[in-house]
Amino acid sequence: MTDATLAAAQQRQTVDSIQNSYMAQVQRRRLYGGLTLLIFVVLMVSGFNVADDRNAGGFWDGLHQIGDYPAEVLAEAWEKRADLPALIVEFFPALVETINIAAVSTLIGAAAGLILSLLSTRGLARWPRLIPVFRRSMDIMRAVPEIVIALVLIFVLAGGPVPAMIAIAIHTAGALGKMFSEVAENADLKPVEGLASTGANWSQRMWLGVLPQVAPNYLSYALLRFEINIRASAILGFVGAGGLGYELRNAMAWGPGRFDEAAAIFILLFGTIVFFDQISSRYRNRLTEGQNA
Amino acid sequence: MLELKSLTKRFGDKTAVDAATFTVDRPMMIGIIGRSGAGKSTLLRMLNRLSDASDGEILFEGREISSLKGAARREWQSRCAMIFQQFNLVPRMDVVSNVLHGTLNRRSTFATMFNLYPQEDIHKAIEILDRLGIAEQAPKRAEALSGGQQQRVAIARALMQDPSIILADEPIASLDPMNAQIVMDALRRIHEEDGRMVIANLHTLDTARRYCDRVIGMRDGRIVFDGRPDQLTTGVARDIYGAGADFSEAATSTAIETLDQSNENLVLA
Repeated sequence: MTDATLAAAQQRQTVDSIQNSYMAQVQRRRLYGGLTLLIFVVLMVSGFNVADDRNAGGFWDGLHQIGDYPAEVLAEAWEKRADLPALIVEFFPALVETINIAAVSTLIGAAAGLILSLLSTRGLARWPRLIPVFRRSMDIMRAVPEIVIALVLIFVLAGGPVPAMIAIAIHTAGALGKMFSEVAENADLKPVEGLASTGANWSQRMWLGVLPQVAPNYLSYALLRFEINIRASAILGFVGAGGLGYELRNAMAWGPGRFDEAAAIFILLFGTIVFFDQISSRYRNRLTEGQNA
Repeated sequence: MLELKSLTKRFGDKTAVDAATFTVDRPMMIGIIGRSGAGKSTLLRMLNRLSDASDGEILFEGREISSLKGAARREWQSRCAMIFQQFNLVPRMDVVSNVLHGTLNRRSTFATMFNLYPQEDIHKAIEILDRLGIAEQAPKRAEALSGGQQQRVAIARALMQDPSIILADEPIASLDPMNAQIVMDALRRIHEEDGRMVIANLHTLDTARRYCDRVIGMRDGRIVFDGRPDQLTTGVARDIYGAGADFSEAATSTAIETLDQSNENLVLA
């Protein structure tokens, strides 16, 4: 009888101590969480104030004018809506140029990213000691904005689609190389070992042992990148790289009254991006979920 | 208490559960048996309202359950706890947090998103864990526990809901015999001590016989047997599983004692 009560009391004691230690842990976690939240809020508020002070206008003063420009574009485009179909046909070649820049740069960038990724993945690299070198070079490719590379190249090669293509390809190689290398890290090394046992060289091991495993993921990332590159190549037109962006910059300036052209270009750009988005997301789903998806 | 009236679930042109009808008048422990694909899981998922019935209705204490929507449906789900074969815990959260998920229906979204649970809930969670014999695991991550321990955490989460009914979908199918016994004992004890109704899908006959007050057999979506465990003869079992004369119960059993029996049979044969 006393044994039973003693055991029960002991049991109660252990539960109490577990409860207390867990509560202490919870309180510590809540304290840290609250402090983090406080710091976050303080930083956001003070950061906003600093930014607002340095702004030419004020954020709150300008906020109500945010609709002015789109309203004017829409109004003028609506007035000249009869011209829109003709304008869309007129700008279609520029759209093709933009898509071409994106497609070529994605292809070249993905090929370079593929090689860079295999060279910088632990367990697969041809020269393991050079992994940091390849990684840092990919970092640099990603770090420099496309527009900077494009501007430099336009000085050297003069304006046109080629500098834009090279600029986007460099950025794509860096970005895809990083993603590809993360996929390759999870690849199974047994097939690679199997191929090595037959006397295959590095390229054969990568091409026949690793690529079949990672191909669906690689393709899916490359398609995503293609969508991003269409946007990038449209923007590069602003600095004189040709394509739709160049036409858009000329049309969207406030004043000359060419907002109908701007509206036509926006429609083209929007339609293209939706189109490729739909196609590539359907294709990517099929790749990741199998043929029946 | 609980009444099912020709409850039916169709997926396309396939009928997973075909006019299931039964009445439970007092809290008891019910085992549902049948081979895989017989509609056992679909039936439980309809009871919990994880999936909607195509036809028929569920009544609990006179209240219509199968047509509840939104907050009323979630309120019912909190009174009708569910335990899964693969435990369905959040692997990267600690054990107590997982148990506290049982209170989600009663607490505000904001508080639970930031893990702000009242102290008495936390204490209660640890007491429930202690009742199931795993209080020492309280601060660990759920993924660090063994299968049997994880299933007991899932039971603790169910108890935290303070439910009228506990549904268990193959609670021991991914456990070894020793842990299976611990988990089934826990479910039986909850039924006896708290007076909660327990409905469990089971894949072994001997478990159903040993732990349940009532056994329901399903085959191809239909209820083909409903009675006391002692009425469950080998002939009836063959019928439920659609098996031939070579059907042996020991082959499907996971109980440790059965192993000895079948060994004896082998020796005798």
